[in-house]
Parts: sequence; structure tokens; C-alpha cells
Amino acid sequence: MSQARPPIAMLAELTHRCPLACPYCSNPLDLARQDQELDTARWTDVFRQAADLGVLQLHLSGGEPASRRDLTDLVRAAREAGLYTNLITSGIGLSERRLRELDAAGLDHIQLSLQGTTPEMADEIGGYRGGFARKMEVARWIGEIGFPLTLNAVLHRRNLHQLPRAIDMALEMGARRIEVATVQFHGWALQNRDALMPTRDQARQADRVVQEARLRLKGRLVIDYVPADYHSDYPKRCMGGWGSTGLNVTPDGLVLPCHAAQTLPHLSFESVQDRPLAEIWYDSAAFNAYRGTDWMQEPCSSCERKTVDFGGCRCQAMALAGDAAATDPVCIKSPHHGALQDRTAAHAAAEDAPLTWRVAPGRSVPEPAE
Amino acid sequence: MEPAEIPLLPRGVRLHHDRVRDQWVLLAPERAITLDAVGHAILSEVDGQRSFGQITALLADRYAAPQAQIAEDCAGFLRALRDRRFLEVA
Repeated sequence: MSQARPPIAMLAELTHRCPLACPYCSNPLDLARQDQELDTARWTDVFRQAADLGVLQLHLSGGEPASRRDLTDLVRAAREAGLYTNLITSGIGLSERRLRELDAAGLDHIQLSLQGTTPEMADEIGGYRGGFARKMEVARWIGEIGFPLTLNAVLHRRNLHQLPRAIDMALEMGARRIEVATVQFHGWALQNRDALMPTRDQARQADRVVQEARLRLKGRLVIDYVPADYHSDYPKRCMGGWGSTGLNVTPDGLVLPCHAAQTLPHLSFESVQDRPLAEIWYDSAAFNAYRGTDWMQEPCSSCERKTVDFGGCRCQAMALAGDAAATDPVCIKSPHHGALQDRTAAHAAAEDAPLTWRVAPGRSVPEPAE
Repeated sequence: MEPAEIPLLPRGVRLHHDRVRDQWVLLAPERAITLDAVGHAILSEVDGQRSFGQITALLADRYAAPQAQIAEDCAGFLRALRDRRFLEVA
């Protein structure tokens, strides 16, 4: 029997379809097709099960969740289940009329992604011409309707110099919060490390910009900061600990401890189409694999930080050290840390590396750039 | 916070009874804050109508405590929420 507590948050990846093709997309390389997606009734049932399980916060994500024609019905169903509903969107696919329908359905909050602060940057990164102009229109409607807004600025080597402007844009849009998210290297981003890896100087400069802005804007704009992972001394507290606070449901119904968990080849994941959500959360092998601290090796198992960061990210340990139970190589205590720093510097120095954009579901994955 | 100021929960921030854990929480954008009995008592009186002074007088009366002490505790609690944009003042 598991000693786990109920989850607080659920990320519902309603679809992997998306008009954008961001080269750091956190979706897996093997994307679910539209005909594999759960239907409205199945998602509605999953939302009810999640609320019964203890989930409070529902993040409606994708892909682009606005690509689902039944998005308004899904929001209404989630609110009826008692969940706080957050829409994570690029804005593409939202009209003013659709936003007003979402308002009437009870949508609580919108997180709007930002690929760049200029049309040139944003449209190149998103691989979608006109996307920036459309997003600015959507931001205006969001403000007029009065939705609480978080701007999510995704940053990497090509656009980190735009961070101060992104913070100003959040203020201009009336956002209460900005998430300054340096790209995490999972999913498609892992293939784009040469093109996207920030330099060490950029990472430290971003630290200073955030620190200054937090003081200056206290009480006006909340700044949540995801620093450049590979340039850190200690790993991120990934998911707040495996199987401890959150879960992720894929478009076709697989329940994952995090969005990248399918990169752990020794784990198998169960579907809401086969088993109740509560049983998957409490009893499945995948959710129990890295819960707590018993699974840890040295140097984690005797480390004073082991319940601070839980040894970092399991998917990153797999990707970089070849062992999902190893210390995340970002940690200065990892035997792989030095090698990772060297690789990080090499990625950051790959000046002319081309971007590999994400493809549409059902298309074959391009060869990695390296 | 001044006695005449009126605290209010902005759109997207609401009190919610968490039936699974049997406790009160404040739901806000991408956050859920667990409330103790004191926090819940304060926020239950925040209705966008009553002033801070009226709220602290009411709580002082209900809990038979000095209003100055109640006001100090409430102000600290509400200031922390305000800094996180979970509370506004009219």
C-alpha cells in the first residue's frame, strides 16, 4: 500500500495538435493523433474522478487546447466538478466570441505563452507567421473581459535579451503574474540544445533582472522564475517530488507522473480508459517508482537536501546519466556534473545551430541536429 | 492597512472547501493555499463591502479579543496575500 497523499494539480493535455511548432515543445516526440484523443464525455468523467481524488487545480493544456472544438464544454464540466480551471494557451484559435463563451462557462484563469517580444522573434520561434499579432489581439480581449492573466515568457539563448521587455509587456497587459521560464531540456527541446542553450552570462543576467524586477514590482506583478537548469548548482524540485502533488493525463488518456515520464523506458503507464484514476495514483508501479526517498542512491540517499529537491528530475537523470535513479547531473554532487558543465558550454557556444521545429501529430520526427 | 480600506478578493481568487482533506483553501491562479481557522475566519468576512475596521471589530467581538491585536494579525495576513496579488484593496 502506498503512503501517498492526494494530488493537488492535474495537467490535462487535451490534444497534441497545435498551430505553433515551438522547438522546445514539452510534448513527447511521438505525438498523439486527433483520432486517439479522449472525447468530451471521457474527459468529463476524468475531471470528476480528479476532484474526488483531491485535485483542486486543473490545467487545461496541450498542444494548443483551443484546438479542441469542445473546449468550452470541457471548462464547464471541470467547473461543475468543482475544479479551479486554468487555460494554458498560445492564444491562437481563440476569438473574442470564444473567450466570452469560456467566461460564461466559468474559466478561472488564463496563462498566455510568449515566444518573443517582437513579431520577428515570436513568429520565428513559434514557426507561425502572424502569431504574435494575433496573440496581442487575444491579450487585449482577455483584459477587456477581465480574466486573471499570467504571461508565460519562455526564454532561451535567442531571446533572453528580451526579458526586460517581456516584464513590461506583462504590466501593459494587466497580468498579475509573469512566469519567467527558461527552457527545460525535455521533449523537443532536448533535440535543440545547440540552438537554445543559454550562455552562463545570460543565465546570470536573467537572475539579476528577475531579482531587480521583484523588488521594484512588489505587490504589482508576481514573478515566478524557472532558472536555466543546466547552469544551476542544485537541481529543480521536479514536480515537487514524484507522485506527490501532481499528475498529467495525455490526449489519449495515459496518466503520467510528469509530462516527460514516457522517456523512462522501464516504466509502463496506465490509462484512464482501463483503470480508475485513484487506483493509478495510489497503486500503479509507475507512480510508486520514485515516491519518497527509498529509491535513492548515493550521493542522494545521505544528502541533507534529499527532501528539498528529491534528487532533481528523474527524466533528466535518465537522459543525461543513463539511470533514472541517479542524482540529476545538474547537482554539483553528481559525478556527472563536470561533464554536463562541459557539454552545456559546448551547446551554448554552437552559434549557428539551426532550430528543429516540432512537427504535427502523425508526421515523422526529424533527425536531431547533433 | 487602514481601518477605512475595503479588502476584496479579486476575480480568480476564491474560498473553497476542500471536501477530500476536509479543510478550507484559498484558490488562486495556479495556487491553492491551505487556510487555518484564523485565516478562514478573516477571509470569510472579506466581502468587498465591509472595511478593514469593521472586519476587525466584528472578529474582536466574536472572539472576545482586543481589536488592536486582531487588527495587527489580520493586517499581516492580508498584506502577505496582497503582495502575491491574491487580495486587493478598494
